[in-house]
Amino acid sequence: MFRLERGSPPVWWRALLPVLAVLITFLLVSLAIWAAGANPLDVFYEMLIKPLTKRTARFEILVQATPLLLTGIAVTYAFAAGYYNIGAEGQLYAGALMGALLGPKLGGLPPFFAITVMLLAGFLGGVLWALVPALLKVRLNVDEVVTTLLLNSVIIFFISALLNGVWRDPISGWPRSPSIAESAQFPGIIPRSRVHLGFLLAILAVISLWWILKKTRFGLELRAAGLGKEAARFMGVPVAKTMLTAALISGGIAGLAGVSEVAGVHYYLIDGISPGYGYTGIIVATFGGLQALGVTIAGLFLALVDTGALSASRSLGIPVYLGDIIQATLLIVTLAVLLLNRYRPVRSR
Amino acid sequence: MDFLFALLGATLRISTPILLAALGETLIERAGILNLGIEGTMVLSAFCGFVVAHLSGSLWLGLVAAILTGILLCSLMGLLSVTLNLNQHVAGLGITLLASGLALFSFRLVYGGSSTPPSLDHSFPQLAIFKGTVLEPLFSQYGITYVALLLVPLLGWLLQNTAFGLRLRSVGENPEAADIAGLNVYWVRYQALIVGGALMGLAGAFLSLAQLGAFTHGVVNGRGWVAIAIVIFGNWQPSKVLYGALLFGFLQALQLRLQAQGIPLPYEALLALPYIITIVILALAGRNASYPAALLKPYRREGA
Amino acid sequence: MPLPYISLKNLCKRFGSLTANENVSLELYSGEVLALLGENGAGKTTLTKMLYGIYQPDDGEIFLAGSPVRFRSPADAIRGGVGFVSQHFSLVPSFTVAENIVLGREGAAILYKEALNNKVKQAAERFGLKLEPSALVRDLSVGEQQRVEILKALYRNCQLLILDEPTAVLTPQDVEKLFATLRHLQNQGLSVIIITHKLDEAMAISQRVAVLRLGKLVGVEATKKTSARELARLMVGRDTVPVTKNLEHDAEKTVALSAKNLTVKDKRGLTTLKEVSLELHKGEVLGIAGVAGNGQTELVDVLTGMREPESGSLSLNGKTLTLGNARAFEMAGVGRIPEDRLKGVVGDLSVAENLTLEHIPQFTQRGHLKTGAMTQEAERLISAFQIKAKATDKARTLSGGNIQKIILARTLSRNPSVVIAAQPTRGLDIGATTFVHEQLLAQKDRGAGVLLLSEDLDEILRLSDRILVMYGGSIVGNFLAHEANVETLGLVMAGSKHVSA
Repeated sequence: MFRLERGSPPVWWRALLPVLAVLITFLLVSLAIWAAGANPLDVFYEMLIKPLTKRTARFEILVQATPLLLTGIAVTYAFAAGYYNIGAEGQLYAGALMGALLGPKLGGLPPFFAITVMLLAGFLGGVLWALVPALLKVRLNVDEVVTTLLLNSVIIFFISALLNGVWRDPISGWPRSPSIAESAQFPGIIPRSRVHLGFLLAILAVISLWWILKKTRFGLELRAAGLGKEAARFMGVPVAKTMLTAALISGGIAGLAGVSEVAGVHYYLIDGISPGYGYTGIIVATFGGLQALGVTIAGLFLALVDTGALSASRSLGIPVYLGDIIQATLLIVTLAVLLLNRYRPVRSR
Repeated sequence: MDFLFALLGATLRISTPILLAALGETLIERAGILNLGIEGTMVLSAFCGFVVAHLSGSLWLGLVAAILTGILLCSLMGLLSVTLNLNQHVAGLGITLLASGLALFSFRLVYGGSSTPPSLDHSFPQLAIFKGTVLEPLFSQYGITYVALLLVPLLGWLLQNTAFGLRLRSVGENPEAADIAGLNVYWVRYQALIVGGALMGLAGAFLSLAQLGAFTHGVVNGRGWVAIAIVIFGNWQPSKVLYGALLFGFLQALQLRLQAQGIPLPYEALLALPYIITIVILALAGRNASYPAALLKPYRREGA
Repeated sequence: MPLPYISLKNLCKRFGSLTANENVSLELYSGEVLALLGENGAGKTTLTKMLYGIYQPDDGEIFLAGSPVRFRSPADAIRGGVGFVSQHFSLVPSFTVAENIVLGREGAAILYKEALNNKVKQAAERFGLKLEPSALVRDLSVGEQQRVEILKALYRNCQLLILDEPTAVLTPQDVEKLFATLRHLQNQGLSVIIITHKLDEAMAISQRVAVLRLGKLVGVEATKKTSARELARLMVGRDTVPVTKNLEHDAEKTVALSAKNLTVKDKRGLTTLKEVSLELHKGEVLGIAGVAGNGQTELVDVLTGMREPESGSLSLNGKTLTLGNARAFEMAGVGRIPEDRLKGVVGDLSVAENLTLEHIPQFTQRGHLKTGAMTQEAERLISAFQIKAKATDKARTLSGGNIQKIILARTLSRNPSVVIAAQPTRGLDIGATTFVHEQLLAQKDRGAGVLLLSEDLDEILRLSDRILVMYGGSIVGNFLAHEANVETLGLVMAGSKHVSA
């Protein structure tokens, strides 16, 4: 038999924990499925296996994964630096807003430049929306959780005012922004699918996340600031500057997620362009253990859950919100299971 | 004059759920826990209250169900943040996501995807006092509104003048001192969560059983986040939390009036105002904000 | 023979691989004061925390008036008549004295402030403690806060009062007052366990002395029948041989570090460091003595680059230092040992990262980490300073002594011009303490200036060439080591008058 003892866990143990979290999550969620009068195994098959067998569905997962990976990476930068950015949702909208504002005006530019401008604008939008809480945190020590959270609502109100005001289509009355220029639209990267440039961007962002956290001085200082603020400062890490930079990078990448939805999927801005990707990003980052590889797996897995929940609702009549339940349960269970990271299994006599 | 009283009456009505939720959150934060589960707790409470009232035909049963739901979800928050010492932000957010998901999932299960959402035949009636006077439009309120208003001085008194309040504040200021003094820190924090959860449940019940008489997708619509803001606005004191809730209710009521009269105005600006005011207050108070000293700090007895 | 009030049988407590207490058996009778004596890290606090239900023993039993008990929490211990005054006070600063005292023992659901204050006032008078019940605790002096703590325990009708290093924060004069209170309480039948590592105090207040060494009880003596010398031998395990400092070595008169008029204010605007000026010479150990909380922490923060003072300046070898910039200090040649060693390492980073982060510019090429060089440096330091760890281990898995070695290794291996050593041996065992002392003296012999801040007067007297005393945020005394002794220093530490030798 094994028992647990406090200490540094071996690598295989740490790798096992996410698997354990997924198993516990599915056990718990089975209750909800039973309540819905379905067989959990059928539902899980429909949700998690079947989409992988179909070409369209496989690529749809990548489309879905694009914003989740980007927000997950965004949240990882912030959380790893000890900055609890709950505002990826708002920063995403800020990026989307910038894209929607500039996009229609880029008709004259060749696509390469138009897209570059879009990306920069999206990044900048996210940075700007992240700036105030980040400055308040490092200058005045104002808790960032509440400020970033509240700013999410503020920008959604602001966009809603635009959609219902100047942007409202005078004829149809539909609240949507003007369409962006064709040259500003992200090209598809896989034929006969909706997978667009944004996915490539997400992959690049994951790689740079890994490289920055593991291979650069900034990454080491960022982790040091996140894991032990006072000690990091003692060892000469410019903690405030590092945290501020991490918060702004986080906002910028969340902004990229927004612009990528505008320029890669919808080509205009509507209310509810994000069904909470910014919050799901927190799940991706937490479940991914704030590490590049983990975030990648987590982002793809949650995209599968989202896509699968939709197809399961169509074919089995299970409410699509099952996906939300799975993701939220996974977040809570992951948090709890990570506690085991402080222990190591020992063979007992 | 009538316009003014009607506006103030609407203010009270709109303030009620926010006030209840913010009072609950105040108690919980004074005990050292930031409960971001508040938004989801209100959604699921509103749903459970509605579904029980709808299926049983009893509003009172619905009310009890909503309150129990609030207590249950806040106890779950306790399990995660008090017993397991998990990160409060992420645990609270997890609860909001889970509870909202559960509410929408169950609503679909019970009522299908019908285009006409079900509603209650009777919701809680409004009780008019000062009937026939000019004050009538101001004081034609749901019973829960009167309860909420009475709770303000009651909770202020509870925090300052009772053993329960003293203990609750002590675990929010210095849990180690409370432990050394022989208190069960975990249990005191759970008590705060249970009372706070009941208030959040009542807030949800107000929405689905009184104000709307129905459950819809956006029934809570960020009111939980407003409550979080108002707790800060109110400096963690029930009486000042009341002012914050009234300010928010007033802006919202004003916005509705203006919109109804067709005055073109970016009414979203009025809606966003309380959030912006809260951020400004935080910025001005800065390091001097009187946060409960142990807010966000999990407590675990050393060596345990 | 009366039944002991409380007795311990074979208590054991382990933390991971560290054994804090091993088979400790001890009895305590009503109306006696027992001194629990031992060096830092001998397991005194752990033992008493088991008595108060904060820690659970891994093995062994506690008997209360003859019957076995288990204290699962402080609440259990309070019911068993045990009171505990910890070293770091556990009071709610924003509460009044009365609120702090009745917390958990309110007596009724509804609190009437007047009645409460009266009740507390009466209790305070009964036990001869001077306190104002309606005062806010955060406005009280350290001595007053300690009285609140004691009254809090007595208010819970404790029969056994445990005091953990109660004199560490007091001036010698306040210590006298505390001892008078304890004698008064003892006459009322109270039992007291007083934890200390100071021999004189143990001799002055106790009837019996129990000595712990490395977690084991090595002797229980009647105070009258023993001597300070005998106790010292028990405590250390051998006749004390102080680390010898090289008295031949004359300190050069060249100033290495010079501080001018350093002033620091706290959040509430109170001046905690007042116009402090000092000069640290090459090749000397300058000790700074003082009761905790008299500005030493603020001084250390300024001297280690962790805090920008409101005014004042610092220069090293004639060059002005950029204040409040830890890295600039390090690069200029200030070696720094932090007051709290856990704030000197990031527990969740590896040993290698903790050994190199302080000098990270050297291990960076255009923003990239030179990981190979980092590992190499880590391995060099691990073997040079005999750190018991692998380069890849997380720092938090190491013992206190090895964590301190990480800090010493990374800073002393750079041959700094001056070393700021704040509480360098706090909580370390004897072996580790000796190692630290040797390292500091080696720095001095190399020609570096060493500034030693310590609450341990013996340590200061043993290592220093010159001694400054801090009181109320100022330097109030300046001694040559051979002219100083515990009594004169104690007087100055109490702020009684400015004495200069």
